[in-house]
Amino acid sequence: MAVLDILDLSVSYTTPRGDLKALRGVSLSVPQRRIVGIVGESGCGKSTLISAIIRLMAPNAQIRSGSIRLKGAEILELSEAQMRALRGAEISMVFQDPMQTHNPVLTVGRQMIDIQYRDKLSKTEKRKRAAGMLALVGIPDPEARLNQYPFEFSGGMRQRIAIAMALMAKPALLIADEPTTALDATLEVQIIKRLRELQEEVGCSILFISHHLGVIAELCDEVVVMYAGEVVESGSVRDVFHNPAHPYTRALLDCDPGHIKVRTRNLPTIPGNIPDLVHLPQGCIFAGRCDKRHDACAARPDMATVNPSHHAACHLIAVRETA
Amino acid sequence: MSTLLQIRDVRVRFRVRGGIFSSAGSIDAVSGVSLKIEEGTTCGIVGESGSGKTTLARAVAGLHHATSGSILYRGQELRDLPEAEFRKLRREIVMMFQDPIGSLSPRLSIKSLITEPFRIQGIKGRDLDAEAKRLLAMVGLPPEFAARYPYQISGGQARRVGVARALALDPKLLIADEPTAGLDVSIQGEMLNLLARLQDELGLAIMIITHNLSVVRHITDRVGIMYLGKLVEEGETETVFARPQHPYTLALLAANPEADPDAQLMRVELKGEPPSILRRPDGCEFHTRCPFVQPKCAAEVPAWEVSGEAAHRCHFPASWAQSEGRTA
Amino acid sequence: MTDAGLQGPRSELGEILHHLVRDPLGLAGLIIVTVIVASAAFAPWIAPYDPIALNVPDRLQGPGGAHLLGTDQLGRDTFSRVIWGGRVALQVALPTIGGAIFFGLLLGMIAGYGPRWLDSLIVLLFDTVRSFPTVMFALAVVALVGPSLNTVIIVIMATSIPTYGRVVRTLTQSLREAEFISAERSLGASTARIMSVHILPNVLGPLVVLAAMDIPTVVGLEAGLSFLGMGVKPPTPSWGSLLNDGYNLIRNTPWLIVAGGMPLILTTIGFTFLGEALRDVVDPKLRGKGGK
Repeated sequence: MAVLDILDLSVSYTTPRGDLKALRGVSLSVPQRRIVGIVGESGCGKSTLISAIIRLMAPNAQIRSGSIRLKGAEILELSEAQMRALRGAEISMVFQDPMQTHNPVLTVGRQMIDIQYRDKLSKTEKRKRAAGMLALVGIPDPEARLNQYPFEFSGGMRQRIAIAMALMAKPALLIADEPTTALDATLEVQIIKRLRELQEEVGCSILFISHHLGVIAELCDEVVVMYAGEVVESGSVRDVFHNPAHPYTRALLDCDPGHIKVRTRNLPTIPGNIPDLVHLPQGCIFAGRCDKRHDACAARPDMATVNPSHHAACHLIAVRETA
Repeated sequence: MSTLLQIRDVRVRFRVRGGIFSSAGSIDAVSGVSLKIEEGTTCGIVGESGSGKTTLARAVAGLHHATSGSILYRGQELRDLPEAEFRKLRREIVMMFQDPIGSLSPRLSIKSLITEPFRIQGIKGRDLDAEAKRLLAMVGLPPEFAARYPYQISGGQARRVGVARALALDPKLLIADEPTAGLDVSIQGEMLNLLARLQDELGLAIMIITHNLSVVRHITDRVGIMYLGKLVEEGETETVFARPQHPYTLALLAANPEADPDAQLMRVELKGEPPSILRRPDGCEFHTRCPFVQPKCAAEVPAWEVSGEAAHRCHFPASWAQSEGRTA
Repeated sequence: MTDAGLQGPRSELGEILHHLVRDPLGLAGLIIVTVIVASAAFAPWIAPYDPIALNVPDRLQGPGGAHLLGTDQLGRDTFSRVIWGGRVALQVALPTIGGAIFFGLLLGMIAGYGPRWLDSLIVLLFDTVRSFPTVMFALAVVALVGPSLNTVIIVIMATSIPTYGRVVRTLTQSLREAEFISAERSLGASTARIMSVHILPNVLGPLVVLAAMDIPTVVGLEAGLSFLGMGVKPPTPSWGSLLNDGYNLIRNTPWLIVAGGMPLILTTIGFTFLGEALRDVVDPKLRGKGGK
């Protein structure tokens, strides 16, 4: 059974111009002990998706349809109190900016003890667990560092502390929202490596959101590519990155300057802009920017099967199958 | 080709105010950097946060005072140049800033923003409406943008406005601080292509400050790698990428995971975190994190070794090749 | 941000008004303030009687009939005195606030952008002035030089300058570090240009909000001083002296207290509402976020 199962999720925001359809029919699942990456550029709906999973949505957001199941139980039907019990225990999060996720006036130790309020342990035991967690994420001399304040740690250290805190309750699902974007490249590699080790140790599943394709390739087992509020492709990292089936995924991979081996002064781009999500275009959402556009694209493509674990929403796949 | 900018041993020192327990002191954000930029070429300065790359850029642009050393622009010393004198040069030396929207004065329209250089430099007799139109077209924005305000445009569009404004007066040297930070990959390419095209058209020299090595690889002629305010390696981009001499360069190259799950990367993992610039390590300043550290590194400061078209600061250059040889 | 999120070019003032009237609080504030300002401006045409003309036979009448709000102990028309009193109140408040803004801007921007020693000096000056309690200071000065409108204006202005100056100084200091100021400097903009074109417009917004909230305070201060007989000289009508008369004559007629008190309350409510609504509107980036 998958840890997280999202089925046909649609979310809209009420705006003065009309409904902004931020997510439309999004389905994805995070299997047990797997790391699933979500890739997409700004405006693809990543943040809306996360806020829907943890049920902390903007006041003008509405879930139009769909279901989100955590270990088989529907999240969307839970009461606010039940949901609060779930957050931090079954689902935890690591955010992008490590400089702002901690309370600046409390010591790290105090914050790490506080988040164990659910456990009936003595304060000494909680402190011991906190120190153990810090050691696990690779912070040297954890006992002493528990007495320090967040500002006494560097950005990389703070992100590790954030990860330690998120994993403290041994959650079933860790959602990491661009956790390495604010860090330097050499620290990014360190954090990713550590995250991979921790995942094996703690045995949780990770939903990892990033716009950095290289990081996803390095860390994740599976990847979901999102564009303008829809899932356009999903599958194992190897399948999707080696054999991208959707033109958007292909274009995205082509654009990554790290991917281009030959030195060039003319880098590939994806011409055009993301469509207006209030007045959606007919048919395929990517058609306006696609170099493989043809007549069939006037109709919205269904998710087609490339192989049993690799799917993409493009008419060309069906064509290839019948041919 | 002649040298446009020659930087020699530039140092930018900031005073640090002492707290209750520490005495006042100073830090060298840039600590003796030498660099040369030829006319019409692109030079990349790469480094992580706190490496002093932005401070160096701002010193060249005359926004920070260089404490010592020399910054020669076409043979003219810029260091200690009075602001009134420098102002005339600001037509030729322009800068693009990291935060695309934050670097635009929020209450001015795009038209006022991109035609500001004409007003500031007192250039009369130009039709500012026409100039605005010309500049917007140059960076690929529709003329309607002239009436908008910075908060009404996207980050990518604001970057273009930044370029338009920097290039309004046909400069000779463009200093671009993280010109692609925060942009999606699909737009990042557009931005870099735009800079490359304008460089070809206008014969501009570009000094690009970034932490993104894959960007540097494609668009620069020369590259300098900075660590704790010093250059640790500098040279022709292709040479540096093909045969990095300094282990930090190698680590940066390796820290750029490829979008390929099967890529066999030579992993050079650095130990720990970058040291504080307030407490510079002895000897080679990189030795605390260096995977190939030797006893000598902690004791002796390595010299700046120039060999052909590249230079580096390491006691044991290209040690990675030797360790590769050993394991192979 | 998508293109459709844009409105056509509209002037800054038009933009602010457009958003202001859509906020119920802002609209209420705007209406009240407009009524107060208009009645003060057109007092000679609105007031049915001469506010200082005595008419002893008609003294201490209740509301209704020939006198909308009745008359005082000397037979003067209360409604006319309220209208003219508003004029006096604003005659004090507007120059006071205007002067405080002007000097606050000047000193605050110099302190915020200038050299450190100058900053320290100006801040010292602000702190010194602020350490005087306004009312006591005003009473002392009035006791020394005698009550007059100008004295009241100068005293309240002097004690308000530090409030504005400090706000301007803090805003200027943070703007000075903003990247667009670096960008302007890199284009060669002079200090004068940076101050006037790039810093001034950005501190003005918060200052207008502060001023709108401050007007009731100044009006109240003037009324208070007049109540104590230290403000405007009788027989000039003032809400404060109306209150004073009402206080003395409370056993004869309660109307005078109401007539003096109501406009004070309305002024406070009106300007506070307006200030609160303006706060969300003057910053273009916040527009449309709260008032949906």
